[in-house]
Amino acid sequence: MSKDDVLCGEFFINGDTACAEGAISAGCRFFAGYPITPATEVAERMSERLPQIGGVFIQMEDEIASMNAVLGASWAGVKAMTATSGPGFSLMMENIGLGVMLETPCVVANIQRAGPSTGLPTLVAQGDMMQARWGSHGHYEIIALVPDSPQEMFDLTVLAFNLSEQYRVPVLLMSDEAVGHMSEKVVIPQVNSKELVNRQRPKVAPDKYLPYDSRKGLVPPMAVAGEGYRFHVTGLTHDDRGYPVMTAEAQDKLIRRLVDKIRLNVKDITKYEEVNVDDAEVVVVSYGISARIARYAVQQAREEGIKAGLLRLITAWPFADDRIRELASAIKAFIVPEINYGQMVREVERCAAGKAKVNLLPHMGGGVHLPETILEAIREEAR
Amino acid sequence: MTKMVTIEANPLDCYLRVDRIPHIWCASCGIGPATGCFLRAIDRAGLNPDKVSVVSGIGCSGRVAGYIKLDSFHTTHGRALPFATGLKLANPELTAVVFSGDGDIAAIGGNHLIHSARRNIDMTVICINNFNYGMTGGQMGPTTPLDARSTTSPYGNYEYPFNLPYLVAASGATYVARWTVLHLRELEKSIAEALIKPGFSFIEVLSPCPTVYGRLNKLPSGLDEMRSYQERSVIRDGADPRDVELSLNGPIVVGKFIDIERLTLWDCYQQVLDRASKPKKR
Repeated sequence: MSKDDVLCGEFFINGDTACAEGAISAGCRFFAGYPITPATEVAERMSERLPQIGGVFIQMEDEIASMNAVLGASWAGVKAMTATSGPGFSLMMENIGLGVMLETPCVVANIQRAGPSTGLPTLVAQGDMMQARWGSHGHYEIIALVPDSPQEMFDLTVLAFNLSEQYRVPVLLMSDEAVGHMSEKVVIPQVNSKELVNRQRPKVAPDKYLPYDSRKGLVPPMAVAGEGYRFHVTGLTHDDRGYPVMTAEAQDKLIRRLVDKIRLNVKDITKYEEVNVDDAEVVVVSYGISARIARYAVQQAREEGIKAGLLRLITAWPFADDRIRELASAIKAFIVPEINYGQMVREVERCAAGKAKVNLLPHMGGGVHLPETILEAIREEAR
Repeated sequence: MTKMVTIEANPLDCYLRVDRIPHIWCASCGIGPATGCFLRAIDRAGLNPDKVSVVSGIGCSGRVAGYIKLDSFHTTHGRALPFATGLKLANPELTAVVFSGDGDIAAIGGNHLIHSARRNIDMTVICINNFNYGMTGGQMGPTTPLDARSTTSPYGNYEYPFNLPYLVAASGATYVARWTVLHLRELEKSIAEALIKPGFSFIEVLSPCPTVYGRLNKLPSGLDEMRSYQERSVIRDGADPRDVELSLNGPIVVGKFIDIERLTLWDCYQQVLDRASKPKKR
């Protein structure tokens, strides 16, 4: 990767464009996608930029094909991504599961719009948060990041690639229409190759290589096509050789590892930002565009002398279980504004476990919360 | 007393995951012979096997990837073509082969088939057509002949089938052939040609499915279906794909129908790369 590939400097760009530039900075050289509002700008930027730097852009016939092309490209050894929104995200689900099963590093950006179905194509929502967690069939663990600004669209896309390469799992960038279409200053730094993670490659000879060898860690080294390893991978339940094994024992061993490679590393993966939480009595838990409004409401509450704080999720999945548990014993109430009728609030309730009150502030989508709505809820809980 | 039997190594063992044999296919199934043709064709085409990647979808034919000792991917139902598209575009040095069945490629994956042919991506598709969904027990599909019986067309199939060579030729494929597993020499030669040919190559391979399709359609043994191929097939290289549609008991036109030149997707993309200027420095 040449240094000239990355556009360094300060730019006034929208979140979707910042996502594309983040991918390029992370070393992504393959994009397959299908036009969909409000994610199309990611594809448009990639269609302009990737040919400039010798990468591949391809517009596929649908989102199912896009997701599969991304998996194929990753198995050819190239960092790859796609970007979509609700309806396309639904179509990708089966093959996100294939990505999980084959342990394929890749990034999927979902610039959320309001649903179900076609919903409000041009308007904001955060209604796919649980789909991100559980949308593909079977039990698995996933990583999902929630940017709240164009700058974070850049930063978290880089992080998404790093996590996907480290843990060999598809990483979801769960943005929303407001952040995707919002233009702000974005600083693109020089690429520091030490900060980029690349999947572990096998160090053994091809005849000794086992595609899912878990003896030296939960994330096995990954061979890529064309290097003589002559490996086999399958979406069927498989053993260390990658061969199908149709038994409960094989299923137990495989699923435990797929889940544990994330679950046992939640401390390293989970990220959140805290504002005025240390002495807070009321903590607003929010993410994405909603967190920007919550931040303002918390500021206003502080000016009124209310001990309010903000916990802004940066990873939605894994969820910040430990921190919410800790806070639950120290505060009066959590307030959870989100643009759906209650999704991440379930996680807050689960971790609060009755020790603190949990108050959902839902918005059905198509707009964002008013700061006053959140402020009023803070006042109410602080009383 | 148990008698020890030494089985001589098969000349194709170097291309097989022998530790996975025996395979799951029924006796008299045609997928095995077609796989043999493909493996021999790799040598015949003079390819470096390390650079050959095989992608399969789901179904009996989808299991081919699992028995071949090459880089091989057993993906989801219908999606072998887009998966192989990603592989090939990300590393154009690879020879991308999709080996799968008619239900996988022409029904659930039909959209990917026409678009892959349209793009003329350099790829070889070997499509086993056994006229039904074998693995799930013999349901009708988009290649089942009119009036044929299946477990979901118990009174006879009332849908017209695809004429696959016509479909892919019309969509832009540059190499199109059809053989049956009775025509092993022709099939092997055809696959070898297709592997070397730049662009989208499609080979339909008619194959007996004695366990379900054959049993439901008065061809109860594999041999019956092979005999029917022998009686009904006519070799017509260069036949117009419009004229090669199949029916329950009508003639089976086999041969190489299309072998034309057209720039591949990769060739066209290279022209775009030349046009794209480097980003302006700030």
